[in-house]
Amino acid sequence: MSDFSEELVRPTTEDEQGETCVLSGTGMCFPWLQKHIETVATGGKREKDFAQTTSACLSFIQEALLKHQWQQAAEYMHSYLQILEDSDSNKRQGAPEIIWRLGSEILYYHPKSSLETFNTFADRMKNIGVMNYLKISLQHALYLLHHGLLEDANRNLSQAETWRYGEKSSSKEVLINLIQAYKGLLQYYTWSKKKMELSQLDEDDYAYNTASQNMLNHSWKTSINLCALIQIPGVWDPFVKSYVEMLEFYGDQDGAREVLTNYAYDEKFPSNPNAHIYLYGFLKRERAPREKLISVLKLSIEKNMILHRKKEEHHKLGLEVLFGVLDFAGCTKNITAWKYLAKYLRQTLMGSHLAWVQEEWNSRKNWWPRFHFSYFWAKSDWKDDKTLACEKALVAGILLGKGCRYFRYVKKQDHQVLQKKIKQMKKSVKKYSIVNPGL
Amino acid sequence: MDLEEAKEFKERCTQCAAVSWGLTDEGKYYCTSCHNVTERSKEVVNTEAIPNTKIQAINRGLKRKQKLEKGWDWYVCEGFQHILCQQADALQTLGVGPELKNEVLHNFWKRYLQKSKQAYCKNPVYTTGRKTAVLEDNPSHSDCDSAPELLSDFSCPSFVESGAESQPDGHARKPFSIIKAPQSEMASICSGSLDGVEYSLRKEKGIVKMSMPRTLAFCYLSLLWQRETVTLSDLLRFVEEEYIPYIHAFQQFPEEMKLYGRDKGIFAIESWPNYEDIYKKVIEVATFLDLPRFPDITEDCYLHPNILCMKYLMEVNLPDEMRDLTCQVVKVTGIGEVGFLTFDPVAKKTETVKYDVQAVAVIIVVLKLLFLLDDNLEWSLSSIAEKYNEDNKEDKPWFDFRKWYQVMKKAIDEKKQKWEEARAKYIWKSEKPLYHSAIDKPVVHKRREMVVNLQKQFSALVDSTPAVEKKSPSSFQFNWTEEDSDRTCFHGHSLQGVLKKKGQSLMTKNSLYWLSTQKFCKSYCKHVTTYEESNFSLSYRFVLNLFSFLLRIKTSFLHEEVSLIEKRLFKKKYNNKTKKKSSKSRKVRRH
Repeated sequence: MSDFSEELVRPTTEDEQGETCVLSGTGMCFPWLQKHIETVATGGKREKDFAQTTSACLSFIQEALLKHQWQQAAEYMHSYLQILEDSDSNKRQGAPEIIWRLGSEILYYHPKSSLETFNTFADRMKNIGVMNYLKISLQHALYLLHHGLLEDANRNLSQAETWRYGEKSSSKEVLINLIQAYKGLLQYYTWSKKKMELSQLDEDDYAYNTASQNMLNHSWKTSINLCALIQIPGVWDPFVKSYVEMLEFYGDQDGAREVLTNYAYDEKFPSNPNAHIYLYGFLKRERAPREKLISVLKLSIEKNMILHRKKEEHHKLGLEVLFGVLDFAGCTKNITAWKYLAKYLRQTLMGSHLAWVQEEWNSRKNWWPRFHFSYFWAKSDWKDDKTLACEKALVAGILLGKGCRYFRYVKKQDHQVLQKKIKQMKKSVKKYSIVNPGL
Repeated sequence: MDLEEAKEFKERCTQCAAVSWGLTDEGKYYCTSCHNVTERSKEVVNTEAIPNTKIQAINRGLKRKQKLEKGWDWYVCEGFQHILCQQADALQTLGVGPELKNEVLHNFWKRYLQKSKQAYCKNPVYTTGRKTAVLEDNPSHSDCDSAPELLSDFSCPSFVESGAESQPDGHARKPFSIIKAPQSEMASICSGSLDGVEYSLRKEKGIVKMSMPRTLAFCYLSLLWQRETVTLSDLLRFVEEEYIPYIHAFQQFPEEMKLYGRDKGIFAIESWPNYEDIYKKVIEVATFLDLPRFPDITEDCYLHPNILCMKYLMEVNLPDEMRDLTCQVVKVTGIGEVGFLTFDPVAKKTETVKYDVQAVAVIIVVLKLLFLLDDNLEWSLSSIAEKYNEDNKEDKPWFDFRKWYQVMKKAIDEKKQKWEEARAKYIWKSEKPLYHSAIDKPVVHKRREMVVNLQKQFSALVDSTPAVEKKSPSSFQFNWTEEDSDRTCFHGHSLQGVLKKKGQSLMTKNSLYWLSTQKFCKSYCKHVTTYEESNFSLSYRFVLNLFSFLLRIKTSFLHEEVSLIEKRLFKKKYNNKTKKKSSKSRKVRRH
C-alpha cells in the first residue's frame, strides 16, 4: 500500500454506521435538538457570509504577513477594509486597531511603500473614531524616529499632546504621559547636542550666552515632560537617565537624588538593577560618604548575587524572553537578540537542558522556518548584515539541523573576514543541533 | 453631500493641511481627507457673502429640510421586478432561450402579484386605507418604465396598463405625497421606495413576501419549467461567480430609484444563496403560486438522472463505463420515472427532486458498490489494478482508485484554495453607501469615503498586472483531457478489474455493502440522518467532500441523499429491520 492510501487508513471501520439522531441521556431521541443548538450558537441567526469572508480575509492577511508576502497582504487588505462598514457595530469599532496594526506592518515592509504613504495612512487611521488617536500617534512618532525624522516625530507628539476628547480616562493618561515623555526625550536629545556645542564654545564668546539661554529653555520644557512619567511605577531607564543628567547639570542635586532614590527603592516600582547602578553612580559623582556608597553597593550586589544564583533558571527565562522578542516582525533584524539567542542556546544545550529549548521551539517550529529562516531571508540578511546572517545561521543550524536552507546558504558563502566565525558556527551546529543530537 | 456648500471655506486643515471641507449636520466644517471637525460653523464664516445671505439662507433652509434624496416614486415590488428582469437577461446571455423571460418568468411574476394581491386583482393591497394604487400613471413614473422590461413584451399587455385597467377608478387615488410627507418627518424610519417601511412591517398570513433569495426561486422555477440545462447548484454557483446579478443587483437600478432606509434590509444582502434555503423557497413559492404540474422530465431531458450522472462522471474524472451501473441503480430505485421526476407543486407539496444532488448520490452509491469504500477493499483493488496496468501497458488500463484519488485530491485542493481566496477578496459593499436614516447618512458617507481612500492606498501597492481574465461561465468546473500527464484522465479506463462475469451478466467482484444509515426516524420530522463525520471511512468522506464541494452544499445534505437512495435500493433490508451490517451482492447486467 502506498503512502497515499495510508493517509486514508483508519484503525477501525466496523460497526461505525452513523447514529440517526442525537441521543439524550435517557435514550430519548431529539432529532431537532442538533439543529436548535446550531442556531443558538450563532445568536439565533445564521452568520452572514460577509462576516465569514472578512474573517477569512483577516487570516489570509496574517498568513501573508507571516510569510513576508507584502504584496498579497496588501491585496487582501484592500478587501478587508470593508469591515469598517460592517453593520455589526462591535466589529466595526474593533476594526480600526486591527487595520492599523496590520496596515502599518505592511506599509513598513512593502517595497513600494514610502514615508509619505505611511504618514497618510497613519493620519487617516488616527481619525477613524476617537479611540485610537493617542496610540497611533505615539506609534507613528516612533516610526518617524526610526527613520531619523526627529522634527516630524516631535511635531506629531506635540499634536497628540494637545489632542483632547471627552473625559480623561486612566488608560488615556498613561498614553499622554508616554507621549510627553517621548517628547521630553527628543528635547533632551537637542539639549545634549546644544551642550556639546556649548562645551566647544569659549565662555567669553558672545554666542555663549544665547546658547546657554537656549539650553535652559529646553531643559525647562523637558523636565516637565519627563517628570510626569517617571512618577508612575515602571522601568523608565532612558527617561530617568536623561532627566537626572539635566537636573545635575543645573545643580539641582537634591532633585536628582530624590528621583534616583525613588526609582531604586520605591516598592511599587519593579525591581531593576539598573536603578541601583544609577544611584551608585550619582552618589559617587556627588562624593557621598564612603559608608553610604558601600551600603548602596551592597544592596546592588546583593541583588546581583540573587540574580547570579538563579543564573541557571534565568537561562530558561532568558530563552523564553529571547524567543518571545523574536516573534515580533519588528525585531527580526535585531542583532543583539540573535546574538544572545545563539549564546543562550549554546549554553543551555551545553548544560544539557534540551527540554527547555524544545519547550520554546515546539510552538514555533511550524512557522519560524518560514518567518525567519527562509532562503529569501538568508540572501537578504547576508546582503545587509553579514554578522546578523551568521548569528541567525547558527541559531537556524541548532534548531533545524544542518540541512536547513538558511544555514546552508550562509555556510557556503566565502568570506575572508568571517571565515573563522563560519567555521566555528559549523562546529557548534554539529555539536549542539537539536535535530539529530546523536551526531 | 454637502461638499458644494462648503466650497467657500478656504482655510487649511490644521491636521493635514488639505483644503477640502464638508459640512456636518450641525453645520460645522469637517475635513474630508482626515475627518477633522473644526469649531467653525457655516454661519460664522459666511459673513463675507452679505449680499447673497438671504438667498443662500433660503436655499439652505429648503435643502436642510429635505435631507432625504428625492427620486422617482417606486414600489418595492417594482424593485424586485427590476432585479428579476436583470437576472432573466443574464440567464439569456448564458444561453437560455428568450421564452424563459418573456413568457415563463413573466407569467410567474404576474401570478405572484395577483396572488399576493399587489396587482391584477380587484382589491390590491395598496388601495386599502390611505395607501395609493401600485402603478398609477404618475407623470414621473413613466420614465422608469424603460427599466422593467418585462412589461414591454408585446404578447402580454404591459404591466402598467393592465395595472391601471384592473383598477377602474385608479385616477382618483394617486396622491403619493400624502404618504411621503409624514414619512420624511419621521427621520429614523424611512425608505426610498414608497412602501418600503410598510413592506418591511407587513406580516400577512398566507402571503409569501418577496425577498432576494426568492428572486432565485423564481429563476429556478422558470428554468425548471423550460427544462433548461441548468441545475439549482449551477444557478447558485453562477450567482456566486457573478454571472447572475444578485448581491449587487440593486446597484443597477436607474439613478432616480433612490434606495435607503428600510429598502436596505430588503434589497441589500450580505450572504450568498444557500442550496437548502433556496430549495425550500422554490417549493414554497411554487405552492403559493399554485402552479400546475411542470412539463415532464423524460429520459432525454438534461435533468434526468441518467444524463446528469454522465455529466458528473465526466466532471469528477471517473470512467465512462460506470454509466451502465448508474443507469442500473436509477432503474432499480425507480428514480428515473417521469412521475417521480416531474415537479407537481399541487400534488406533492413538500417535495421536489434535487436533481443534481440525487445524481451525485447515485454515483456515490455506485462507488460503494464497486469499491465498498471501507478504507480497505478499495486499496487492495487498486493494487491489483496497478499491477495489471504495469504488466499490460498496451491494453486499455484498469481503473485504479488510488491513482484517481491522488489526482482528484490535488485538483480539488487547488480548486478549493482558489475558491476560498476569491471569497475572501469579495467586495460586498456598494460604491454608493446605503444608510438607514437621515441621521445616519453623513456618517455612512464619511465612512464610505474613508474606506475608498484607504483602499486606494493599498491598491497602489498591488502589482498592476491585470487580473486573470474571467473565464466564461460553464456548468463544468474541471476539464480533463487525455494529453495532460499531470492530470490523468480516467474517462477511458475500464472497470474490468472490479467486475466479474457470471453467465450472461457481469457482477461486481465486491459482494459487500454497508449502509450509510441503519434506521430512519419514524417520527413526523422527516429527519433522515445526522452525518457524524468521524463515524465514516476516510475514502467515503473524501468522496462526499469532493461532490459536496462541486455542488457547494453541506456534506451532511449529500449524505442524507445517499441514504435515501440506499433506502430505495435496499428496500427489503430496511423493511426487515435488519440492524446488522447488511451485505448484498448485486447483479449487474451488461448491455
